[in-house]
Amino acid sequence: MPKRTDISSILVIGSGPIVIGQACEFDYSGTQACRVLREEGYRVILVNSNPATIMTDPQFADATYVEPITAEIVEKIIVKERPDALLATMGGQTALNTAVTLAQSGVLDKYGVELIGANIDAIERGEDREKFKEVVASLGDLPGGAPEVARSFTCHTIDEVVEAATKLSYPVVLRPSFTMGGKGSGFAHDEKEVRLMAEIGLDASPTTEVLVEESILGWKEFELEVMRDRKDNVVVVCSIENLDPMGVHTGDSITVAPALTLTDREYQRLRDIGIAVIRAVGVDTGGCNIQFAVNPDNGRIIVIEMNPRVSRSSALASKATGFPIAKIAAKVAVGYSLDEIPNDITGETPASFEPTLDYVVVKVPRFAFEKFSGAEDTLTTHMKSVGEAMAIGRNFTEALGKALRSLEDSRAPLRLSGPLMQKQEALTSAARPHDGRLQDVVQAFRAGATVEQVREATGIDPWFLDQLVIILDVAHELAEASDLDETLLRKAKRHGLSDGQIAEIRGVNEHDIRDLRWNLNVRPVYKTVDTCAAEFAALTPYHYSTYDEETEVRPRTKPAVLILGSGPNRIGQGIEFDYSCVHASMALSSAGYETVMINCNPETVSTDYDTSDRLYFEPLTEEDVLEVYAAEAAVGEVAGVIVQLGGQTPLKLAQGLEAAHLPLVGTSPQAIDLAEDRGEFGEVLAQAGLPAPRYDMATSSADALDIASKIGYPVLVRPSYVLGGRGMEIVYDNSTLTTYVTTVTVASETNPVMIDKFLDDATEIDVDALYDGTDLYIGGIMEHIEEAGVHSGDSACVLPPITLGSEVIERIRTSTLAIADGVGVRGLLNIQYALAGNTLYVLEANPRASRTVPFVSKATNVQLAKAAALIMMGSTIQELRKQGILWADHDGSYPPDTTPVAVKEAVMPFNRFHTSEGQSVDTLLGPEMRSTGEVMGLDSSFGIAFAKSQTASYGSLPTSGRVFVSIANSDKRHAILPMQMLADMGFEILATTGTSEVLRRNGIDARTVRKRSEGLGPQGEKTVVDLVLNHEVDLIINTPYSGASSGSTRRDGYGIRSAAIMADIPCVTTIQGLIAVVQGMSAARKGTITVRPLQQWAEAMRPGK
Amino acid sequence: MAPSIPALLVLEDGRHFFGESFGATGETFGEAVFSTGMSGYQETLTDPSYCRQVVIATAPHIGNTGWNDEDDESTRIWVAGYVVRDLSPRPSSWRANRSLTDEMETQGIVGIQGIDTRALTRHLRECGAMRVGISTHDLDPGSLVKKVRDTPVMAGADLACEVGVDQPYVIKAEGEKKFTVVALDLGIKSMTPHLMSQRGMEVHVLPPTAILEDIMALKPDGVFFSNGPGDPATADRQMELLKTLLADHVPYFGICFGSQIFGRALGFKTYKLKYGHRGINQPVKDLGTGIVEITAHNHGFAVDAPLDGEVETPYGQASVSHICLNDQVVEGLELHRDGQLVGFSVQYHPEAAAGPHDAGYLFDRFASMMESSRA
Repeated sequence: MPKRTDISSILVIGSGPIVIGQACEFDYSGTQACRVLREEGYRVILVNSNPATIMTDPQFADATYVEPITAEIVEKIIVKERPDALLATMGGQTALNTAVTLAQSGVLDKYGVELIGANIDAIERGEDREKFKEVVASLGDLPGGAPEVARSFTCHTIDEVVEAATKLSYPVVLRPSFTMGGKGSGFAHDEKEVRLMAEIGLDASPTTEVLVEESILGWKEFELEVMRDRKDNVVVVCSIENLDPMGVHTGDSITVAPALTLTDREYQRLRDIGIAVIRAVGVDTGGCNIQFAVNPDNGRIIVIEMNPRVSRSSALASKATGFPIAKIAAKVAVGYSLDEIPNDITGETPASFEPTLDYVVVKVPRFAFEKFSGAEDTLTTHMKSVGEAMAIGRNFTEALGKALRSLEDSRAPLRLSGPLMQKQEALTSAARPHDGRLQDVVQAFRAGATVEQVREATGIDPWFLDQLVIILDVAHELAEASDLDETLLRKAKRHGLSDGQIAEIRGVNEHDIRDLRWNLNVRPVYKTVDTCAAEFAALTPYHYSTYDEETEVRPRTKPAVLILGSGPNRIGQGIEFDYSCVHASMALSSAGYETVMINCNPETVSTDYDTSDRLYFEPLTEEDVLEVYAAEAAVGEVAGVIVQLGGQTPLKLAQGLEAAHLPLVGTSPQAIDLAEDRGEFGEVLAQAGLPAPRYDMATSSADALDIASKIGYPVLVRPSYVLGGRGMEIVYDNSTLTTYVTTVTVASETNPVMIDKFLDDATEIDVDALYDGTDLYIGGIMEHIEEAGVHSGDSACVLPPITLGSEVIERIRTSTLAIADGVGVRGLLNIQYALAGNTLYVLEANPRASRTVPFVSKATNVQLAKAAALIMMGSTIQELRKQGILWADHDGSYPPDTTPVAVKEAVMPFNRFHTSEGQSVDTLLGPEMRSTGEVMGLDSSFGIAFAKSQTASYGSLPTSGRVFVSIANSDKRHAILPMQMLADMGFEILATTGTSEVLRRNGIDARTVRKRSEGLGPQGEKTVVDLVLNHEVDLIINTPYSGASSGSTRRDGYGIRSAAIMADIPCVTTIQGLIAVVQGMSAARKGTITVRPLQQWAEAMRPGK
Repeated sequence: MAPSIPALLVLEDGRHFFGESFGATGETFGEAVFSTGMSGYQETLTDPSYCRQVVIATAPHIGNTGWNDEDDESTRIWVAGYVVRDLSPRPSSWRANRSLTDEMETQGIVGIQGIDTRALTRHLRECGAMRVGISTHDLDPGSLVKKVRDTPVMAGADLACEVGVDQPYVIKAEGEKKFTVVALDLGIKSMTPHLMSQRGMEVHVLPPTAILEDIMALKPDGVFFSNGPGDPATADRQMELLKTLLADHVPYFGICFGSQIFGRALGFKTYKLKYGHRGINQPVKDLGTGIVEITAHNHGFAVDAPLDGEVETPYGQASVSHICLNDQVVEGLELHRDGQLVGFSVQYHPEAAAGPHDAGYLFDRFASMMESSRA
């Protein structure tokens, strides 16, 4: 069947901000889909609020709406664009839910928009657990009979849940309907737990529906990725086996492809079921994912669930097999059958086949529990990981070793030597699923546990446990050998041990092992991911390393540029950096280089085999990068290695790579170091006459008090050895400071505490700029909306700045130039300033791509990362201005008047984490970054742009109703005006005693409500927490009191914010935020909010317009 | 870990790989073929079609699920040798009774592990199928290659008699018996009569040496020729037998070798593929319905027939019914007489085992063909 000609325009919905459970895998899927649909000649209309995505680059769609993904906004886009079809299976649960809402409300019918990919019935059959059960039970014709689902009951109230649990007997699983990433789901072991979880689950489900299910805890877990076309051809693209048995969300599990512990009969039964299910559910076209549990003792199979859309696992399966699921799904969605679509990798075979692997793929999750103090780190069916790394090896042990070192977490690689744990302690710890469980398993083996004992404790299949034993046996051989010979070294490498691990076992230095290994010529070869286990020749150079005999790296004639990616997503380093790497690759490819991408994150666009000329799916460690370089240098010229675009990950490697004489381009490692060394950087500032906040290092508590008194409170304190805001606090008085340096981070000679002057009441400013050694180009100046002290990654900001005068902007310009020159930047530079009073302080400078590069690029329609890559390879800013890559006669410091106001808002993952008592973790923003993603709101006015950013991240702001307000004393005078505006808009205002007094004295009517610490009133008056939990409040304004560790006011704030998260009510925690929110709400009330694609904004910004 | 025994693999063109022995020690020779299936090594090893072949598994881990008493496709392991990259130290499956290496040792099958199977596969893909030797005795590539070159080639090999049964046996129909089928065992797999019996067929499995009278004595509703090893060009006797059956209007179904014999009976030639199809992920298109099925393959030879149109034969109009989408190789043949299907065959394995069940409908097609031929 050829492609459909009865439709000509297609609306694609993206997945919005990166959140836990929905990360950049949907950028990868969406980018593929948009690219394919455009190639097929359709007009593509895209909506996605996330500016850091590649898919929202204007070139991937005809009309790109960076707008909130809500039914209201998408309807506006439909009205404006009148698409023929809507493709909602590429944007995760967000897109699917939005499509369901639009279908149910009649919008799609009204405007004649056809849902393609999966129709509404199929979506409901796949997503509604009751309907899905019926579908599965109806498959009685299958050889072997109808498949089973877990016994379960659908419940709508807490009491129904309790009754169902009693019938099924504990433990039971709770699964709320229509939620993503397992939000609100988990195991309950008794009635107390079931009640608590029922409440959370019913609330998380948009249909207030929870499925209560028999426990299949400890069973083996498998997934199949299935594709279907309109002719009813179905193929299974990939099987995935979870190393962690049932009970851990697959996103949090270590997973392996292909499935390794099934006989063909068992595998074919899963395949039969998977195919029958996709047909019965009626996913017309495209991919879906089906999960199974298999009882390890008797093979009983339970179908767990299906996603009638492209999922996180689809991205993993695509990278694992080389079969681009989203791309093929988009093609079948517009009518092609699988046999009409060529397999890109072989060129000669069709997509209607099932990839076969001659390697093993291991994916490991990356967590961020350390960012959320008090958060319970037991893994459950509720996904908590923030990223993942994938590795490919020619066996499991090799892939596992590579995957663990790809995580860039020093605790992750298996500890094969050193102190032993107690056996029982290790077994007990391993029994509880948590980040680091595999390490406990290995330590249990080292302490003498048997495979049977570990299996008993963990439920992990003995096959995998045996593989760990192999690794330990090799480690033992390494430890015992008098000399390392070629055979033993090769064996160790074949089982995935890094040079570092071998060195540790041998008690030598990593470089000694590397030298020895190279002398013995024990080097990796590079194989190709080709979908067919070498049956056909592969055209695409998608490589992975292994210690085998034959390498497949082909000679080339063009000079290569190696681009080091950013590794697994984590808080503080995510999709934004992948964006920059992808842009560099695009720019350098068109400039005539052969681009070589190295990365290990399966969710990203950079690891699509289509993105760069060559792809090496490899860990970003010195060892692995040196080997890739050697392999590429052996087949042609390597003109440069780029470490500046992937965030800290590649930057940390710069020194080692330079020492090994790799041709690093851009800012030199010495310059990078200079910017990070406070002393040296301070000299640069001093020479340029630029002020910075005072600071010093304390090695004792007396020292700390002394320093604080010299520089004056408030101060920002942090351990000196940690980057990225870990353990930072703002301290206002001696007693808190003493507590910090004696308990939180003990100050000592070896572990000094850094004490910085904290600029209260300052406006923070972020600048992204390019420097080529002569000219400076300001990409954009962003003014933070949150007060100073909130990590820039968590702070909302606006571009162009809305309150800075031209005098300040001029100072920013000259300061930025002085720093760029003083540091020696070649390429991108990010500087954070704070404007306090009339002084512009320099907070820090990072000579690399920053998190805000994509935001600035989208807002100004100038591709900074592309420009940076070209500068690194020798282009000048003057040239780039001439070529139209940069604005010809101005830059981001003075954007044209037609530039939209762009607001970036951070999206926080607090609702994912609970303390062991079931409470939410504290949501207060601070100097440590905790957001997972961001959105952009665009408009010609600040108020609406801000309102859009809030809508995109938290859902629509209220335009009427009830506001609760509790303001810290220091903020009270700034709150009067915005509160007055809220009152004028007709909001009913509730406030705590102190705040309501101040409001009343200023003529604003406010009702006093009880704090939680005050308890219920004599007449049963509710506390604010009760009101919030009962949804009797529509907006919360709660600015924190000074002094991080002080008493009851802080606990009250904590209670309010926890309740806000539980009840999903917007909560503003800064005065700046309040002012912006009020402007946004006022704008939303007054005018109709309009939507406008990036292409139109760009047109308006063009010179001469 | 037990001390490893070194082993050597040498191809007839001299390329060689050192590895470690598993299964039995000793020396073995055969045709080197690679199989890309990721599951089902037990079924593969016991498939008689692999007789005299040394199978290279492209899947890197082999032995994971051990060996059980249910999944054998015949009474023994037929491969001449087995080449894997990583052998699992112990099986993990609730159905496993023993390990792969133990089973191979018991049955005297030589295996080699720890070699770059992908390099070997690529070599075969580029250079074509060739002979190979594996040895734990002779670790000198120069000496072993000479022995390899002394062994017979697969082209021209007549192996049906080597793998077929000596004595006939019967598989009863499950439930009500609807048809009597005679299956000529040229290397039949257990799953084939099993799937027939599930469809009400009583299957009389006869030795490859069976003659027309043996078959007709059973008054079959249909005749089936199985898969099997060797060069179809040598199967003159079975081809003549089939011609007689077709002339007698006996409904016919053939798989693999049985398809090649059908092709020859219809007047087509067979030829040796460069490196064959062996795997369980092969896309085959049913030209009648346009539907693609994912199928199990194990064939080194193929039928040369025109992909379009019909060819007039003494028995009716022959046409190609299925093709492999990877390389357009003929994967199925049909014979119509008076507009009615009277015989068909597929080059691949609808019985799967190992492999996907997509082509199971062909057994139903066999049943309905027999049904309508009665009418």
